Amino acid sequence: MNGAGNLMDFLDEPFPDVGTYEDFHTIDWLREKSRDTDRHRKITSKSKESIWELIKSLLDAWSGWVVMLLIGLLSGTLAGVIDLAVDWMTDLKEGVCLSAFWYSHEQCCWTSNETTFDDRDKCPQWQKWAELMTGHAEGAGAYVLNYFLYILWALLFSFLAVSLVRVFAPYACGSGIPEIKTILSGFIIRGYLGKWTLLIKTVTLVLAVSSGLSLGKEGPLVHVACCCGNLFCSLFSKYSKNEGKRREVLSAAAAAGVSVAFGAPIGGVLFSLEEVSYYFPLKTLWRSFFAALVAAFTLRSINPFGNSRLVLFYVEYHTPWYMAELVPFILLGVFGGLWGTLFIRANIAWCRRRKTTQLGKYPVLEVIAVTGITAVLAYPNPYTRRSTSELISELFNDCGALESSQLCDYINNPNMSRPVDDIPDRPAGPGVYNALWQLALALIFKIVITIFTFGMKIPSGLFIPSMAVGAIAGRIVGIAVEQMAYHHHDWIIFKNWCRPGADCVTPGLYAMVGAAACLGGVTRMTVSLVVIMFELTGGLEYIVPLMAAAVTSKWVADAFGKEGIYESHIQLNGYPYLDVRDEFTHRTLATDVMRPRRNDPPLAVLTQDSTTVEDVETLIKDTDYNGFPVVVSRESERLIGFVQRRDLTLAIKNARQKQDGVVSSSVVYFTEDAPQLLASNPQPLKLRRILNLSPFTVTDHTPMETVVDIFRKLGLRQCLVTRSGRLLGIITKKDVLRHMAQMMNQDPESIMFN
Amino acid sequence: MLSSRGGSWMFAAAAVVTVFLLDAVVFTQAKSFEDVRCKCICPPYRNITGHIYNRNVSQKDCNCLHVVEPMPVPGHDVEAYCLLCECKYEERSSNTIKVTIIIYLSVVGALLLYMLFLLLVDPLIRKHDPYTQPLHNEEDSEVQEMRPQADNSQARGNTVLERVEGAQQRWKKQVQEQRKTVFDRHKMLS
Repeated sequence: MNGAGNLMDFLDEPFPDVGTYEDFHTIDWLREKSRDTDRHRKITSKSKESIWELIKSLLDAWSGWVVMLLIGLLSGTLAGVIDLAVDWMTDLKEGVCLSAFWYSHEQCCWTSNETTFDDRDKCPQWQKWAELMTGHAEGAGAYVLNYFLYILWALLFSFLAVSLVRVFAPYACGSGIPEIKTILSGFIIRGYLGKWTLLIKTVTLVLAVSSGLSLGKEGPLVHVACCCGNLFCSLFSKYSKNEGKRREVLSAAAAAGVSVAFGAPIGGVLFSLEEVSYYFPLKTLWRSFFAALVAAFTLRSINPFGNSRLVLFYVEYHTPWYMAELVPFILLGVFGGLWGTLFIRANIAWCRRRKTTQLGKYPVLEVIAVTGITAVLAYPNPYTRRSTSELISELFNDCGALESSQLCDYINNPNMSRPVDDIPDRPAGPGVYNALWQLALALIFKIVITIFTFGMKIPSGLFIPSMAVGAIAGRIVGIAVEQMAYHHHDWIIFKNWCRPGADCVTPGLYAMVGAAACLGGVTRMTVSLVVIMFELTGGLEYIVPLMAAAVTSKWVADAFGKEGIYESHIQLNGYPYLDVRDEFTHRTLATDVMRPRRNDPPLAVLTQDSTTVEDVETLIKDTDYNGFPVVVSRESERLIGFVQRRDLTLAIKNARQKQDGVVSSSVVYFTEDAPQLLASNPQPLKLRRILNLSPFTVTDHTPMETVVDIFRKLGLRQCLVTRSGRLLGIITKKDVLRHMAQMMNQDPESIMFN
Repeated sequence: MLSSRGGSWMFAAAAVVTVFLLDAVVFTQAKSFEDVRCKCICPPYRNITGHIYNRNVSQKDCNCLHVVEPMPVPGHDVEAYCLLCECKYEERSSNTIKVTIIIYLSVVGALLLYMLFLLLVDPLIRKHDPYTQPLHNEEDSEVQEMRPQADNSQARGNTVLERVEGAQQRWKKQVQEQRKTVFDRHKMLS
C-alpha cells in the first residue's frame, strides 16, 4: 500500500519531533502501529547484513522483557519502602522507640522479653509521647496529651504532603487510576508520568497514609508503577519514540503496581486487563505476568511486614462454609452495591462542588481541615485510631484461642482440651459486644469521612477505605450469624449444619466477603476482584462466596448507575475517554456528526500542488485544527491524504531554516513529482513524506454505531467522510465524544481538550 | 533535549543502583543476631499465669520444648502444657528497616530544604529579574524556553551550572503549568 512507503519515509527522521504529539492531544493508534511495524521490518532486514546488526536486533527483541524486569524491580522496591515507612510513621503519631528510633511499635518490641501475656504489645523500649514527656503513662492528663500530639502529628504529615504536592508535582495528587485509564486509551498528559511525579507521589503517599486519613496506598501505587514504566521506557528508543508501544509497557506496569499493592500477581494482571487497559494484546499479557512476578518477588525479598507475606492482611482459613451462608453473603453483596452507589454519588457531588465553587480555591486548607476532623474523631475509637490496613487485618483474622484482641473476647469452655485449630463456636463475651458498638461507630465514621477524603489534593486511593467499610459490616454480620447459630441450634436453618460444639461460622470470612462486595460496588470489578481476594486468603474454597458477593454488588450498583468511580471521575473531569464498555444504540449517521455542519464555513483543506507556503502559514495561524485534509483541487475535492498540523508546522519551519530558496511564495506540493512551474517562480517545497496517504474514510451514510466502533477498536484520532471520492467533512474523536454526550443528555462542552 | 535525556539516564541508573544496594543489604545481612525470633505464647494453665517466651533459635528448634525455659511445670505435665502453647518462627531484616527509614527521612529533608529555598530564598535572589509569565500559546513556547538560557549565557560561559540552571527553569515552568491546570483552572484531577 501507499501508506507503508510513506511511513518508511518517516523513519529517516527528516527532522526531530515529527510524529510526536502535543500535550493534551489524542494519539493515532493506527499510525503508531504501522510505524512500529516499519521499524521492525527495517531491523529484521538489516540483521541479515552483519553479526553486529544481528546482535542489535536480538537486543531489540529482548528490550521489552528488560523493561519489565526493571519495572518489577523498581516498583517492588518502592512498594517495600512505602510499606516500611508507613509502618514507622503511623506509629510515630503515638510514640517512639527509645532503643532505635527507626523501629515501629511492633518492631521495637520484637525481641523484647518483657512483654507479658496480658499486655502483649507493651515493652519498656516503646514509649508513648506522654510517658516520655511527663513520666506518666496512665491517667487523664496523659490521654489528653497523647490525643493532642496525635492530632498534631497528623496535621503535620498532611500539611507536608499537600505542600510538597503543590510545590513540586501537582500531578501527584489523587488516585491516578482515572488519568491512567485515559492515558492508556491514547491521550497525552505530559509530565503525568514524569520523574518528579514519581518521586513526590512516593514520598507524599507515605505522609498521607500515615496521617491517618481515610485513604489507601493501592491506587497511587498503580500510578507509581506506571511512572516507573515510563521512566524505563525512556531508556529504549523502541518505546520512547512510539506512544503506542509505550502504552503496552504502561499496561504491564499497572499490573505490577497492583501485584505489589495486594500481593496478588495474577490479580494484578487481571486488574490491568479488566479495569485499566484499553489495548491489551496477548504479548502484553505475558509481559505483565512477568512484571507482576518480578515485582512480587522483589517485595517478598524485602519482607516489609515481617510475616513473609506481601500484605499486612493476609489470612488463612481452614474451615469450610455451608450453603445456607450464601444468604448473608448475598446480603453483604447488596450492602456493597448500595455503598458503591452512595459513595459514587456523594463523592462526585462533592468533587463537582470542589471543581466549581470557592471550595476549590483552598486545597491546603481543605486537607488540613479534613485531617483535623479525622484525627479528632478517630482517636477515641481504637478501631479508627490505628491504620486502616491493620484494622482490616484484625477484622479478617479468625479468632484463635490465644488472641488477645477485644474482638476475640469469647467465653471459653474451661474444659476445652486442645484449642489450637478447630475451635467450636463460643458465646460472645462482653468485649465482643463492646467491640460491636465501636465497630458500628467506626463504620459510620468511615462511610462519611471517605466521601470527603477521596479527591483531595494529596495522593489518595480508595481500595483500602472501601475494603474497611465492607470488612466492618461483614464482621458485624458474621458475629451476628455466629451468635445466632450458637444460641439457636434448634432452628431449622442451623439444624443441618451447625451442631453444638462444631465450628460452623467464621466471622473473618464474612469480613472478607464484605470487603470484596464493597470494593466491587465502588469499582465494578468482578473477575480481578475475586482473584485478588482469593490470593489474599490462599484458599480456593472461598471463591464461590466471593463470586456471589461480587456479582450481587455489581448488579445492585449497576441498577443505580452504570459507571464505576473511575469512569465517573473521568466524566467529571471531561477526559476524552471512549469507553469500550458503553453501547451506542442511537440511529444517527456520520453526516449528522461530521464537521462542517450545514451553516459552517467550508472545511479547511490544502490542495496537492497549488498552495503556497504563505497560504499554509496563514491557515495554521487562523485555525486551531490538528490536521488538514489534502485534496486534488478545490474544484474536484478528491481526497489525497491527511497531514498533521504539528508535522506541517515543523516541516515548514525546518525548510525555511535549512532549505535554500524556500520563501513565502514557494509552492507546497504533496505529489511525487514537482508541479510544472515557470522559471521565475521560487523553488517549490516537497512535503510528501509528512502526508498520510491512507487516512481512514467512511461514507456519509455510515451509521454512527459503526463509526463509534471503528473509533474504539482501531483507536483512531480522526476519520474523513467522503461521498464517491469527494471529501465532505471530518469526524474527530472529540466530535464522537461530544455526540455521545449529547445523546446521553449531558453537556457536550464538558469534554476537555482534543 | 540532550540534558533532559541525560537526566533521565542518571535518574534511572540511580534508581537501579538503589534497588541493588537495598537488595544486597537484604540478602547479606538477612539473619543477624536480632533478626530471628521464635515466639511462644502460652495461655494460663492450672495456677500458672499466661506467659510469652521470646528466643533466638533456629527454625527447626522453634517449639515449646526448646523455647520455654525455665519450664514452669513439673516433668509429667510438660506435654500437656506445651500442647497449649503456640510457637511461631519469624524473620525480619532490621538493617533494611534502618536503611529505608534513614533514606526516606533524608529524601523528605532534602525536599523540604529545596522547597524552602524555592519559596523563600529564590524570590529574593531574582528580585531584579522579575519572573513574569504571560499565558503563552503554542508558537511562543519555544521562544520562551530559550529566553532564560540566553539571558544567563551573556554573563557566563556555557558551564554545567548554567545548563542545570536552564533545566531548572524549564522544570519550574512545567510545574507552574501543572499547578495552573490542577489548582487554578480545575481542569484535571478534581
